[in-house]
Amino acid sequence: MTQKTIDIEVLRYNPEKDYKPSYQTFEVPFADETSVLQGLQYIKDQLDGSLTFRWSCRMEICGSCGMMINGVPNLTCSSFLRDYYPGKLRIEPLSHLPIERDLAVDQTDFLQKLESIHPYIIPKENQSVEEGPFKQTPAQRERFYQYSECINCLLCYAACPQYGLDSDFLGPAAMALLHRYNSDSRDDGKAERMPIVNAQEGVWACTLVGYCSEVCPKGVDPASAVNRNKVNSTLDYFFRFMAPKGAAE
Amino acid sequence: MAEQSMPNQSLNQSSQRSLKRSNEPVFWALFGAGGVVAAFLLPAVILITGLAAPLGIPSPELFSYERASAFASSWAGALFLFIVISLSLWHGLHRVYHSSHELGIHRGPLLSVIRLVCYGTALGGTVLSAYWLIAAL
Amino acid sequence: MATRRPYMRPMAGWWRRNPFYLFYMLRESTAVFVTLYALQLLYGVYTLTVGQAAFEAWLARLQHPVYIVFHALALAAALLHAFTWFNVAPKAMPALYLGTRRVSDRTVVRVQFVIFFVVSAIMLGVALGG
Ligand code: SF4
Ligand code: FES
Repeated sequence: MTQKTIDIEVLRYNPEKDYKPSYQTFEVPFADETSVLQGLQYIKDQLDGSLTFRWSCRMEICGSCGMMINGVPNLTCSSFLRDYYPGKLRIEPLSHLPIERDLAVDQTDFLQKLESIHPYIIPKENQSVEEGPFKQTPAQRERFYQYSECINCLLCYAACPQYGLDSDFLGPAAMALLHRYNSDSRDDGKAERMPIVNAQEGVWACTLVGYCSEVCPKGVDPASAVNRNKVNSTLDYFFRFMAPKGAAE
Repeated sequence: MAEQSMPNQSLNQSSQRSLKRSNEPVFWALFGAGGVVAAFLLPAVILITGLAAPLGIPSPELFSYERASAFASSWAGALFLFIVISLSLWHGLHRVYHSSHELGIHRGPLLSVIRLVCYGTALGGTVLSAYWLIAAL
Repeated sequence: MATRRPYMRPMAGWWRRNPFYLFYMLRESTAVFVTLYALQLLYGVYTLTVGQAAFEAWLARLQHPVYIVFHALALAAALLHAFTWFNVAPKAMPALYLGTRRVSDRTVVRVQFVIFFVVSAIMLGVALGG
């Protein structure tokens, strides 16, 4: 029996030579269990060693293998070539992000945004080792858990047209993580994070397109983080003179 | 207190450009209230005033001037009409304004004009509906 | 060192690239009908303040096929708006808890539909029941 093959069309871009990106098609043999990522690795190993893309864990953990597959943001390590057969695949780097080379995008903007939201617990008072860890009930944990599942894969940024139209927008994942810390019973950093929420670049650039939550491989539902914070920001706006800063829940 | 727990203070500041509190909550609150009103009430209201009334279904007497003005000049009816009209306008025009951004008008005088026209119309509709409904009370 | 020249792809026509975006734009376009209908109703209120003749002229104008088609489209738009609004509402409201149990998004959506049908039935009953 001859091996099945599938055409993979890849967007190539070499910043040293190319004025703009263009497509190149490769014919790739595949089996039932061949992931899209393995298809790309086949190209790199057998057909064209210069093809550039990121990956690491191959198991939906590291978040580095996100790409557009036929126009849809997806993790390539958990997408399979069989699902596209007998059609073909068109693989592009994640939308709305600058292309560094071939399928690798520049993540700097997101990393800076992630840093800006103080993505760590800011306790009211630091506790010494002798005092033991901060305690939390399962019910308290449940309030933020889904938002802590984010693997920074940036599929949601590739899904968000508002981010594409204006990259000043903090964006889905960074807001999901902001919300994750604000909803943590051990955290007391809300006052520091609210100015980001309240800005145009915070929640107000969002029009609830909702595609971010649709493509998220981890069930984070970043759209809910952004839009629940519209309510928080609105309360903060109208009640800021009555309650201490950032006190609105 | 927070100092110890911020390992990258300098980077934080560099990435936190001047953040200005947005006035969007005012418009978003009206948009949201209007969205709720439009979702729960508009389908039936449109069916009544836009289709049943002109077609006289089930009977033309139901849409007589007497009955309509009795409704509009009752407190409950006036309040109902005011809410439906004004909040629908705030809802609809807020979306129209944001769509202009999505369709490629990002900044500049044209966007300001669209903004003024949208929210101006919503405000005008709110004032006029209040005026006419109070006049009819 | 290799040259860095990050390439930004253009956004023009973004909403045609994905069926999800197309549906989003359809959702947003319901706002046009909501707005036009509200203005139309505002005018109706105005005719009430002018008097019987003006009101009846307005009602007569609404019988024109153009207005009937407009209102049929507006009804469809309002229904689409309601459907999409109820579906995204759980994302915008604070997470609800009954005791320690989280009320699921699906329950929130369903409750809204039930309220919608009850409220609509009451309005239609009052207005058309005589
Ligand atoms: S929210 Fe979801 S889609 Fe966005 S970066 Fe995190 S895991 Fe990826
Ligand atoms: S390779 Fe790590 S998520 Fe796909």
